[in-house]
Amino acid sequence: MASSSLLRRAISSAPSSSLLRPMSARLFSSDETVLSIETSVPYTGHKIEPPSRIVETSPKELLSFFRDMALMRRMEIAADSLYKAKLIRGFCHLYDGQEAVAVGMEAAITKADGIITAYRDHCLFLGRGGTLVEAFAELMGRKAGCSNGKGGSMHFYKKDARFYGGHGIVGAQVPLGCGVAFAQKYNKEGAVTFALYGDGAANQGQLFEALNISALWDLPAILVCENNHYGMGTAEWRAAKSPSYYKRGDYVPGLKVDGMDALAVKQACKFAKEHALANGPIILEMDTYRYHGHSMSDPGSTYRTRDEISGIRQERDPLERIRKLILAHDITPASELKDIEKEIRKHVDDAIAQAKECPMPDESELFTNVYVKGYGVESFGPDRKEIRATLP
Amino acid sequence: MAMALRKLGWGGVLIGRRGFSSTGELESSSSRDGKLVNLFTAVNQALHIALDTDPRSYVFGEDVSFGGVFRCTTGLAHRFGRQRVFNTPLCEQGIAGFAIGLAAMGNRAIAEIQFADYIFPAFDQLVNEAAKFRYRSGNEFNCGGLTIRSPYGAVGHGGHYHSQSPEAFFCHVPGLKVVVIPRSPRQAKGLLLASIRDPNPVVFFEPKASTLKFIFRQLCKIYQCWLYRLAVEEVPDADYMLPLSQAEVIREGKDITVVGWGAQLSILEQACEDAEKEGISCELIDLRTLIPWDKETVEASVSKTGRLLVSHEAPVTGGFGAEISASIIERCFLRLEAPVARICGLDTPFPLVYEPFYMPTKNKSCFRLCTCEREYTSMTKGQYKRTTFHLWILFRQPIRALTEAFVQILDAIKSTVNY
Repeated sequence: MASSSLLRRAISSAPSSSLLRPMSARLFSSDETVLSIETSVPYTGHKIEPPSRIVETSPKELLSFFRDMALMRRMEIAADSLYKAKLIRGFCHLYDGQEAVAVGMEAAITKADGIITAYRDHCLFLGRGGTLVEAFAELMGRKAGCSNGKGGSMHFYKKDARFYGGHGIVGAQVPLGCGVAFAQKYNKEGAVTFALYGDGAANQGQLFEALNISALWDLPAILVCENNHYGMGTAEWRAAKSPSYYKRGDYVPGLKVDGMDALAVKQACKFAKEHALANGPIILEMDTYRYHGHSMSDPGSTYRTRDEISGIRQERDPLERIRKLILAHDITPASELKDIEKEIRKHVDDAIAQAKECPMPDESELFTNVYVKGYGVESFGPDRKEIRATLP
Repeated sequence: MAMALRKLGWGGVLIGRRGFSSTGELESSSSRDGKLVNLFTAVNQALHIALDTDPRSYVFGEDVSFGGVFRCTTGLAHRFGRQRVFNTPLCEQGIAGFAIGLAAMGNRAIAEIQFADYIFPAFDQLVNEAAKFRYRSGNEFNCGGLTIRSPYGAVGHGGHYHSQSPEAFFCHVPGLKVVVIPRSPRQAKGLLLASIRDPNPVVFFEPKASTLKFIFRQLCKIYQCWLYRLAVEEVPDADYMLPLSQAEVIREGKDITVVGWGAQLSILEQACEDAEKEGISCELIDLRTLIPWDKETVEASVSKTGRLLVSHEAPVTGGFGAEISASIIERCFLRLEAPVARICGLDTPFPLVYEPFYMPTKNKSCFRLCTCEREYTSMTKGQYKRTTFHLWILFRQPIRALTEAFVQILDAIKSTVNY
């Protein structure tokens, strides 16, 4: 269960926090009545009996899903404009459309469980408890960023919440995730690691190497394929002989999940965690969609139609789905949801303003963290004669 | 098989290639009938010609069939069909291995790795399979028709994984003809066609584009289309090749030889111009091919000038500049009047912030050109005799003063870069 919402976490670190608190109380956010909701799409299992379609939730959880996803959505939209204003450099991959995966997964697991992902990492970082200011500062390469401004968009990390970060090379994070899972098993932590990758990365060879190892040693690794149907600009069916990614583990069981439904994702992740702790790896295929292009340099409209994107927005949008559920169960009036969104917008703007105030990292940071501190290796300047700094 | 390949594809063009003893001739004679195009259009033209002239050539890679991220392959799939121009899954190792197999069957495989930073999963295939195929099979097999194209280098905001210059890794692999890095559209077309038709596996790196095409186009006019990675230039429509392993002196001078390749040449050209104002005459050489590289041209130039500066974006330690430096010292030891200087990237991962500090920028290059020229007047029996130039102070307090001088340069760079 999501014990606290992202928004509240984010607020606690921001000066404008008093703005939202009374409102959160006004909403019935403490109502924990059990609601049973059926997922609209059934699960499909591969070598495994899928979990029930009836998901238990509560008004409190639905509201926190709504807030978290709205916050993620807003953050990504803001990152889009910051990138276009050249305040974010490097490459920037946005998560909007896929929020249900981050939020649903977070609701099913604890901070003892690890998450590792590729470069589309902003929202997972927020989900793990990262703050907006840290996120925006990192995006803009400022000192207060979660990687001290040295990583940028693709490299968010949060060690205390076991977020093993964003990785820039397609598919390279999955074997790492299996290594993390091995350590968890070895240390008898009773925790699992979710290794996320896209449908494009699903065709990388190292994925299968990692899968074999995990299955061989029954590691508590959960491979989550976030299938947004396009590996960069190539549609899944052009790149994959079998786009049924949940089946591609062959000897490893898999589950296909509606990745646009946070509740379905929650149920699946809970199920997968239990399975992984008892039996070893499992593949979850999250059927989802990204509204933006692959990265900011991809308009996202050359290989798919605008109608396709707007169709998904209308029919499957994860945020709208939760909004409808909230309204259908008469939890909160629509106007209050609008108010929440307005507050979020303001909150994001405040975080951006705060991040912009933040200084750049020191120049010397260029040379730090290349090796362990005090290792004594010299880094040379453009010419060996000119700078000779022992790495701090 | 190799013989069959030769008969099939190369015919006249190979003969044509032999004819180009100097590129200047070709360029001056054909520059009038070409269109003004940028580097990527030139690459696109070359690929059109390659596919057109050899029915056994193929172009593939990630997102290639809809034009590729740099639009280098626009229109190819439409014209030559999806059987010959196609997208691959995201699997660099697979792409490279697949290309090697295709080439080993007597075809010309032109594979694209989307960014040079992604070439490392393919490193094993290139180093262990492609490079040694001919050698270990006693010439029974080869993958000579293989060309791997990949955009490399900094773009100003690429961050860790879209900016690296991995050319030196491949220079350490006998069997790969490595790395032709064109500095301009016309060069790109001629060198790419030569690489594709070369009977050895070639890794071909291209300087990247940026979205600032139009702004740069204006700049390029100011620099008279000179050496900008985004420069537009008149490129002949015809099928032509430029010889591999032949460096080109693109600016004559008498005081110091400056060697570079690819996009770095635009930086060096500006540094040379600034040094000229200080009274230092620089001879600028575009190496064009790194393996096998044209030692003779560089040697001849260094014998004349007595000084050498090499510059590349990759980190200085173990970069290809080290190889050039060592070779020239072997060949020109007694004629050198100063130690060989290198202006390269720093020995750090490619940074997201402070990219200009990492880069071998114009100011750094110019500063080094000046110090290199003025440090020493003569070198006798291993002892350096310094000139009376004001820089002598730098040598009395070498580290502190030089660091200060460097910091000033950094400040200057910083003030011109708007974060």
